[in-house]
Amino acid sequence: MTATQQIEVKDSAARSAQAVDDLRDVQGEKMILNMGPSHPATHGVLRLVLELDGEIITKADPEIGYLHRGDEKIAENMTYNQFIPYTDRLDYLAPLANNVAYSLAVEKLLGIHDKLPERCQYIRVICCELARISAHMLGLGAFAMDVGALTVFLHTFTEREKIYNLIEALTGARFTTSYTRIGGLSRDLPEGWTDELAKFTQEISVAIGEADKLLTRNKIFVDRTRDVGVISREDAIDFGLTGPNLRGSNMEYDLRKAHPYLVYDQLDFDVPYGEVGDCYDRYLVRMEEMRQSVRLLDQCLAKLPGGPVNVDDGKIILPDKQKVLSSMEELIHQFMLVTQGQDAPAGEVYFGAENPKGELGFYIFSKGGGVPYRLKIRAPSFANLSILSHTLPAHMISDVVAILGSLDFVMGECDR
Amino acid sequence: MTPKQLAKTLKQQFEGIVSGPVEFRGELTLELLDASRIAEVCQFAKTELGFDFLVDLTTIDNHEETPRWTAVYHIYGYGHFCHLRLKISVSEEESELSTVSSVWRTANWHEREAYDMMGIRFAGHPDLRRILMWEGYPYFPLRKDFPLAGKPSEMPDVAFSDPAPLEGGPFVTVAGGEDSTAREPRERNPNADR
Repeated sequence: MTATQQIEVKDSAARSAQAVDDLRDVQGEKMILNMGPSHPATHGVLRLVLELDGEIITKADPEIGYLHRGDEKIAENMTYNQFIPYTDRLDYLAPLANNVAYSLAVEKLLGIHDKLPERCQYIRVICCELARISAHMLGLGAFAMDVGALTVFLHTFTEREKIYNLIEALTGARFTTSYTRIGGLSRDLPEGWTDELAKFTQEISVAIGEADKLLTRNKIFVDRTRDVGVISREDAIDFGLTGPNLRGSNMEYDLRKAHPYLVYDQLDFDVPYGEVGDCYDRYLVRMEEMRQSVRLLDQCLAKLPGGPVNVDDGKIILPDKQKVLSSMEELIHQFMLVTQGQDAPAGEVYFGAENPKGELGFYIFSKGGGVPYRLKIRAPSFANLSILSHTLPAHMISDVVAILGSLDFVMGECDR
Repeated sequence: MTPKQLAKTLKQQFEGIVSGPVEFRGELTLELLDASRIAEVCQFAKTELGFDFLVDLTTIDNHEETPRWTAVYHIYGYGHFCHLRLKISVSEEESELSTVSSVWRTANWHEREAYDMMGIRFAGHPDLRRILMWEGYPYFPLRKDFPLAGKPSEMPDVAFSDPAPLEGGPFVTVAGGEDSTAREPRERNPNADR
């Protein structure tokens, strides 16, 4: 025997009208949503406390500090060279660029920044640009993945693997590079490395083109990023945004052009910048920056001079081991460098470098001797994230992942 | 405009309370003698002199010297590409500065960090909470009298707040009399109160 039951289902408009009537007492009630600290779109350990009215964000409060390790405190307790491995762990997607920025800051304090050999400067530029490609590749891949385009991530990871192989051959480690030394580099380029790099720049151009084809005209990607998370130029400057995020907001500014360091003034490259300041513009800026980095790599390979990679100063750079074993002066230098560090003058310097995430600056306050009295790290991700409480309100909750992805931050350097 | 001209204009505008500039490695540092007027000086620097970007704001602990604190402002202008550094001394009794977060909004987080790490308060700050350490943490870790290994805090929800065992790092190098096995790794302040 079958029983039949008639159910009346009203159309959707009538049902929502019914719901409004039934739930009158929760109208206008705000919901607090915790996003992170372990959420795939927060790229690490960012926590967002969002206040929601339905799907619209009314208030956003970023909570940071989950990765705070006290790097600045640690820096006050060790010599300048000993701190280099800690810089690997700031922006851990571009450790080579951090090494270079930190070394340049200390070299400025020591007054040897203009005495670096040409070869060292070219190799450092190569390091910075390799790091930039690697960081942007991950940034774009993860951004695309967050908004639903999974394929790009796999492509960019394949390319990043090649960069890591190059970095491993160069420094002996894939992530924790610690490649620079105050006054030079830990070692010169290995044999045959430039050929590998030349091969890589060919391949990466193709890969960038592929990622570009997958994303730039992709309707879903464009729909999710165009006119979302618009940051005006005034806001970007006021909130201290730097790097691709600033350039995305219609600001043609790059430290490599405005205050050239290393040999950037002898190299030819363009500074891309956006018009609207939305997520899509920030994406386009990063995409173009990778192409410019490839250009820079090619130029460096063509111009790479020979010669030494370290400054010729026994009080800065560890002497040759053979000489330490046979000569008194070098033995003293080695001993002093290892136990006391470089004897820096009293004074204070700030040096900012154009890193993949923005301006990474080191402020060093020295009272003389081999240890900084105070070392402040001006982390680009820290300033870049501070704009979230301004930008997120009035967006849909699904736009959060797009905005976070487009800001491309790293908590390692934000929290320090 | 060169940084020198800008520093001169700033000095003329605030005669008697700005000293310097001191030049080191091509960077100019101005010292502000009246800490209470920092917000006014910053407002002038931004609106009249075009310093539209606060690069960084940080603090230094001059332990066992008076005044105890130094606040350091790095300002930059995108219009003229010039850097300037402003320094202000703050006494330990006062430990307070007026906020510049109304001048540059990026100062909001920088000042929160300075408060969190050094314990200097910023009067008029809209939201002066801890930022890197957790809410309710009792110490200010970047002060020189805070030991490198850390101090225990009585927070039941926080899993790790015991002093870090420093066997294994961070390695601290200061030339001393002991041989290397005895002195490295070791704590910087073995007798510090914890």
